[in-house]
Amino acid sequence: MDGLPAVEFHNLVKQFGTVLASDHVNLSLAKGEIHALLGENGAGKSTVMCMLSGVYRPTSGEIRMNGTAVKIHSPKDAAKLGIGMVFQNFRLVQTLTAAENVVLGDSSPFWRTRRWMERKTREIEALALRVGLPFAAGRPVARLSVGEQQRVEIVKCLYRGNSVLILDEPTSVLTPAEADQLFATLRKLKSEGKTIILTTHKLKEVMAVADRISVMRKGQMLATLDRAQTSEREIARLMVGQDRSPPKTRVPREPGEPLLIMDKVTVVSDRGRHALDEVSLTLNTGEIVGIAGVAGNGQKELAEVLAGLHVWKSGTITFREFRWKGPSVRGSIKQGIAHVPEDRMISGLAGGLGSVDNLLVKSYHSDERANLGFLRTALNRLWSQGLVEQFDVRTAHLDAPVKQMSGGNQQKLLFAREIHQRPHLLIAVHPSQGLDVGATDAVHNLLLGLRAEGRSVLLISEDLDELLLLADRIVVLFAGRVMGEMTHERADREQLGMMMAGVT
Amino acid sequence: MELFTQLLTAAVASGTPLLFVTLGGIFIEKAGIIQLGAEGLMLMGAVTAAGVYLATSSLPVTLLAVLLVGGLLGLLHAFLTVTLRANQIVSGLALTLFGGGLSAYLGKAITGIPLSGAVPKFDFGVLGQVDLFTLSSLALVVVLQIAFFHTSFGLHLKAVGDNPATADVMGIRVQGMRYFAVIAGSMLMGLGGANLLMVFSPTWIEGMTTGRGWIAIALVIFARWNPLGALAACWFFGFLDTLGFRLQLAGSTVPPYFLKMLPYLLTIAVLILVGWRTQHRMSRAPQALGIPYIREQRF
Ligand SMILES: Nc1ncnc2c1ncn2[C@@H]1O[C@H](COP(=O)(O)OP(=O)(O)OP(=O)(O)O)[C@@H](O)[C@H]1O
Ligand SMILES: [Mg+2]
Repeated sequence: MDGLPAVEFHNLVKQFGTVLASDHVNLSLAKGEIHALLGENGAGKSTVMCMLSGVYRPTSGEIRMNGTAVKIHSPKDAAKLGIGMVFQNFRLVQTLTAAENVVLGDSSPFWRTRRWMERKTREIEALALRVGLPFAAGRPVARLSVGEQQRVEIVKCLYRGNSVLILDEPTSVLTPAEADQLFATLRKLKSEGKTIILTTHKLKEVMAVADRISVMRKGQMLATLDRAQTSEREIARLMVGQDRSPPKTRVPREPGEPLLIMDKVTVVSDRGRHALDEVSLTLNTGEIVGIAGVAGNGQKELAEVLAGLHVWKSGTITFREFRWKGPSVRGSIKQGIAHVPEDRMISGLAGGLGSVDNLLVKSYHSDERANLGFLRTALNRLWSQGLVEQFDVRTAHLDAPVKQMSGGNQQKLLFAREIHQRPHLLIAVHPSQGLDVGATDAVHNLLLGLRAEGRSVLLISEDLDELLLLADRIVVLFAGRVMGEMTHERADREQLGMMMAGVT
Repeated sequence: MELFTQLLTAAVASGTPLLFVTLGGIFIEKAGIIQLGAEGLMLMGAVTAAGVYLATSSLPVTLLAVLLVGGLLGLLHAFLTVTLRANQIVSGLALTLFGGGLSAYLGKAITGIPLSGAVPKFDFGVLGQVDLFTLSSLALVVVLQIAFFHTSFGLHLKAVGDNPATADVMGIRVQGMRYFAVIAGSMLMGLGGANLLMVFSPTWIEGMTTGRGWIAIALVIFARWNPLGALAACWFFGFLDTLGFRLQLAGSTVPPYFLKMLPYLLTIAVLILVGWRTQHRMSRAPQALGIPYIREQRF
């Protein structure tokens, strides 16, 4: 690490309305280093990264590369300087194939025969395989799972061979094995002299891969530390400004009667193949059942069927001794099934609406919220205010569009809506995805709280730590089938990993 | 057989002006912008063609003038909707009202003066005579089909219309592409009006498009944003239009008002049919249609 820093931020300021998202930030990135940028949800990490990639224009301040000031007015300028970014909210065109997304922006060749596209598709698949993040490049992105989309987003950035790589939470939906693969690739790129800056909420990953660590809080840069001279504990304390309060512990507890019985349920996915293949699953009251598996092995369909969003082809589903005839969202809600979907900003919340409206969308027709079809406006505001306080959602005001809230606060708002009605079953898909340590603890406490009340949770997650911490039983899905099941006491990380890979 | 070829020729003649407008609409919507000004642009194209041709008797000059007028009105729409982010529906409606009024005013002096032999025709043997507009509309279908689906330009245009935020970070100039599409598409819309005037009914009359611009906007959806689809849709519509007219001439007992309604009714029927069959498929409509793009806004 000698010579001039590859990238330097000098008193970088970015203001959004009244929010100072980046408050005179100074930071320098050396050539050939992996630099981790840490901070709570809403600390300003993405903002700082987006200023480097040309998406946000700084209100004031300067960016220097190799010692000279550069003007980055657009993503195109950034690309010319060899800067590429993996976005937290993927920048992918859903209607195009993965390969088309990767080559997007290249104007040559102008003519594109089918043969050329096929060759590119194979080339991209080979690159993806080489970096350990494979996906079907010929498939439209809309048909890929979130995990696969994350892989496309990363490969898209690697494909361009940039010299400065910005990765904004690249691992939040990757499995631990995939994350390890990614880090191996990053280390290789680092040895080639590339500069890498990344964010993640998983401190373990930071300690494993980063050379230096910078911590932000509320738009300000607090400190830059050497990985070798710090600890997870010190970083966590810097991030939240205080010592982390220990999460609730999970008390052993006898499960109750069966609540949900799925018997040989087969689901045909949008792609036409069997997403779930004769899956049988029983969930008892007061139990957290974890579903482990690599993205795209039927988890999405499982959640959708139970939420009333997807038809199933054969098999029976019995919930509270009532046998389902067909999918019905209203029916699922009425029977007390709550759903925290994986894509919270697409099917979870309406980004342009405020907190009140988002809290109302599942209960607006109830007698408490509406009178003869007219919303009880004043009452609903009070009710929303209560929920927002109870769940510690931090928002500028009740009517501020939820898309402007940080990821953690969005998730807390979604949980508030889903659990305040005391559901019998909560389906939580990647509930702590993209959340900082504090918010993750809050979500875990909410789930354990439900369990303590005798309610059930179906926890779909790729984070084995989370499953091992919370679930009474862990069921592994592979290629739409149940590969095996383990109780909390017997759970073994290695064996789970094998089952997730389809090895019995 | 004789009658059939006649019917077909008439169908193509009636469908070709619509084809220009529909292709223009597809181009603009592919970039994510709604252009409801088609009717106004057609009228402005027609009145420009009539005025300039009567004054100069030169086809190239006339066509250039029509393209210029269409392009300028397109530029106005692009400036309002892309740069100022005005409501696209309102801007389009304003353009239609403005075009209707202005064309009526400008055309006062030339109302009822026929243009004859303005457009060269080529003999294609059994296929009969094909005029320049029809020929170029066919070429245009081929060019656009290739441009949209087999070039990097087409891929970028689709990205801009489906997800401008992604297109932007991939280094595509979103606003530039949108300007280009709106201007080029509006030129085609003007050309459709000129075609209607110079080939189909060669006399300027106020409001002579009688709602064709609106039909073209419906045909964009009907054609599912595909140039070849547009060709089929426009000729089909032209056929229905001609059929109604012929039946009327043949002294059918059906009231003429009903016959005039026929193409529109059948269009609705076909839309229902197509919609029914494709209701479970993903819509082909550009996903960011009608939504202005602001780089720093969260989505
Ligand atoms: N485009 C925008 N418009 C308005 N406010 C914004 C915008 N982008 C960010 N903000 C605000 O700036 C602050 C910092 O947001 P930022 O996304 O940078 O946080 P972050 O550290 O990346 O958080 P997370 O861990 O949730 O991704 C937040 O208060 C956010 O609401
Ligand atoms: Mg962020």
